[in-house]
Amino acid sequence: MPAIVNPDDLHALEEALRWRERLGGRVTVLTMGPPQAEAALRRALSLGADRAVLLTDRAFAGADTYATTLVLARALRRLEREQGAPFDLVWCGRQALDGDTGQVGPGLAARLGVPLLAYVARVRRLDPAARRIEVERVLDRRREVLRARLPALVTVERTLNAVRYAALPDLLAALEQPIVAWGAAELGLAPDEVGLRGSPTRVVRSGAAPLRRRQTRLIPGAAADPRQAAAQLADLLLAAGVLDGGGEGGG
Amino acid sequence: MPELDHRDVWVYVEHRGDEVHPVSWELLGVARRLADELGEEAAAVVLGHGARHLAERAFACGADRAYLVDDPVLEPYRAGAHAQVLARLVERHRPGIVLLGATGVGRELAGLVATAVGTGLTADVTELAVDRGRRLLEATRPTFGGKQLATIVCERHRPQMATVRPGVFPAPEPEPGRQGTVIPAEAGVVDPDLVAEVLEVLPADGRVDLERARVVVAGGRGLGEAGNVALLRELAEVLGGVVAGSRPAVEAGWIPREAQVGQTGKVVRPRLYVAVGISGAVQHLVGMQDAEVVVAINRDPDAPIFQVADYGIVGDLRQVVPALTEELRLRLRSLASRGATGGEPVRTGSR
Ligand SMILES: Cc1cc2nc3c(=O)[nH]c(=O)nc-3n(C[C@H](O)[C@H](O)[C@H](O)COP(=O)(O)OP(=O)(O)OC[C@H]3O[C@@H](n4cnc5c(N)ncnc54)[C@H](O)[C@@H]3O)c2cc1C
Ligand SMILES: Nc1ncnc2c1ncn2[C@@H]1O[C@H](COP(=O)(O)O)[C@@H](O)[C@H]1O
Repeated sequence: MPAIVNPDDLHALEEALRWRERLGGRVTVLTMGPPQAEAALRRALSLGADRAVLLTDRAFAGADTYATTLVLARALRRLEREQGAPFDLVWCGRQALDGDTGQVGPGLAARLGVPLLAYVARVRRLDPAARRIEVERVLDRRREVLRARLPALVTVERTLNAVRYAALPDLLAALEQPIVAWGAAELGLAPDEVGLRGSPTRVVRSGAAPLRRRQTRLIPGAAADPRQAAAQLADLLLAAGVLDGGGEGGG
Repeated sequence: MPELDHRDVWVYVEHRGDEVHPVSWELLGVARRLADELGEEAAAVVLGHGARHLAERAFACGADRAYLVDDPVLEPYRAGAHAQVLARLVERHRPGIVLLGATGVGRELAGLVATAVGTGLTADVTELAVDRGRRLLEATRPTFGGKQLATIVCERHRPQMATVRPGVFPAPEPEPGRQGTVIPAEAGVVDPDLVAEVLEVLPADGRVDLERARVVVAGGRGLGEAGNVALLRELAEVLGGVVAGSRPAVEAGWIPREAQVGQTGKVVRPRLYVAVGISGAVQHLVGMQDAEVVVAINRDPDAPIFQVADYGIVGDLRQVVPALTEELRLRLRSLASRGATGGEPVRTGSR
């Protein structure tokens, strides 16, 4: 999770907490980011996460999806070793606020070699004993019911649940909880595998997005006579041909 | 450094049975242009069962070749199965560029495949060009709230992959009879443990896809209250369009989240976009500025939305919108009764 907790991720955490409350188990939150990302982890702890891991290292800076998922996948493997048990589910948001690419979930699923359940709007069943999860997901305009084996990776839609808020004592308690911090060395990663250097993609240019300005025809007099202004606009639209049922839409 | 002798521009053809997502044709148009600039070929990738005829349509839209994998394991679409087969095709045939639509399907698939084959991916691209000298794809995408455009390259890894927003590029005019080569390929072994099964497909809910709508009537904070959404709905109905909104209208609960237009919502490109009580913040504009015709209704004559509008009315939406609905209804009805060709209200079927 990034420094401000990404809204999608709060829903992912909420769902993980709800299933833990029903089935038992442990919820661990991980985030790769600058040291300030610790605040996001504390928030997750205050909401009920059992454990938090901060993946931070100067060398991680500038990571694209590929380099991000490498670090996240390594950290998950290390957690599994330390716990002596594999994870059942990895929960991600659908997309982050900043980068907003929606690619970390699928990329991480590929790295971990687990099935991907993307855009999940409802978890119907989760059965750790039978090693099964069943979900509803939104795929473009349709909904699908999917079933996969555990372990699996889920990316969630915000409509999945309503998130909880932490009570003040929990907020305070979260300040006291330990947070594990791992860098490249702790994950056995070389500096050129991570961050900018480990990223296949590179930004070569960026600049202000040009806005398309138009010659505007303002229709006056709407305050005095809205009907007359509306009539004039209707005529203009007819003449412009955009009300014409034939032909193809734009693009 | 890996060898970069990869060549050709591939497009993943996204389809459900016979229904192809229009972005696939749009991308074939782009692939054709990029391939010509690079002196390479454009290829469609058709994964499915009984989808061979889609290859012919791909040729008509500019493909020189179609990689066709015809196997029941690919039907219905399951991300895990398509990803394994696509990754294998990529590794075997080594394309230089692979393009997918930035749809739900395209995004999940591209994310899986790029990581599986160990290459970079640029998501949600709105411009594509090539640097011919360096044989590099330059993919440009909006960032930082749509205020910036970033151009991204993938120098040392192949293929160069991108997901591209629907509706940004024009669909090519199909050339019936244009020929191409079908290259049949085997699906190979698909590891079922990596595949989420589809137990059920719940039907589309009949709503028109905002991204494909030909008329969009969008409301903003200026609506003031939920009740005024009805005014938009009536106008949209007369125009055969769909209702959308700015982020504040969504956050107020007046407009559903999936109908938000802008940087954190959808990008639309209708023939007609009517912005009602929307000020025209850049985060909103990036979602609608490519509409063919923009109409703005706002009581503030200095609202920035007017700078990007073709037609504007300065006035109170509570008066102007019902009046406009009525005037349009009269005109469209009289056109229809005169039987004028093309005089019926705009339909919003897929384009
Ligand atoms: C990271 C980020 C992402 C964002 N993503 C999006 C996005 O995806 N989509 C989006 O829309 N915004 C987005 N925003 C928000 C954006 O910056 C603006 O705040 C928002 O677009 C403003 O919405 P609005 O025009 O409806 O409201 P306002 O800016 O409040 O404008 C309301 C307008 O209504 C007019 N009005 C009021 N009453 C009437 C009336 N009775 N009759 C006629 N006109 C009236 C007013 O004159 C005013 O111009 C994002 C912001 C950030 C920081
Ligand atoms: N640096 C990160 N650390 C932890 N999780 C991340 C990170 N970046 C992205 N994610 C997860 O991936 C989701 C999608 O992010 P993105 O692909 O960047 O849009 C987010 O909602 C998070 O759950």
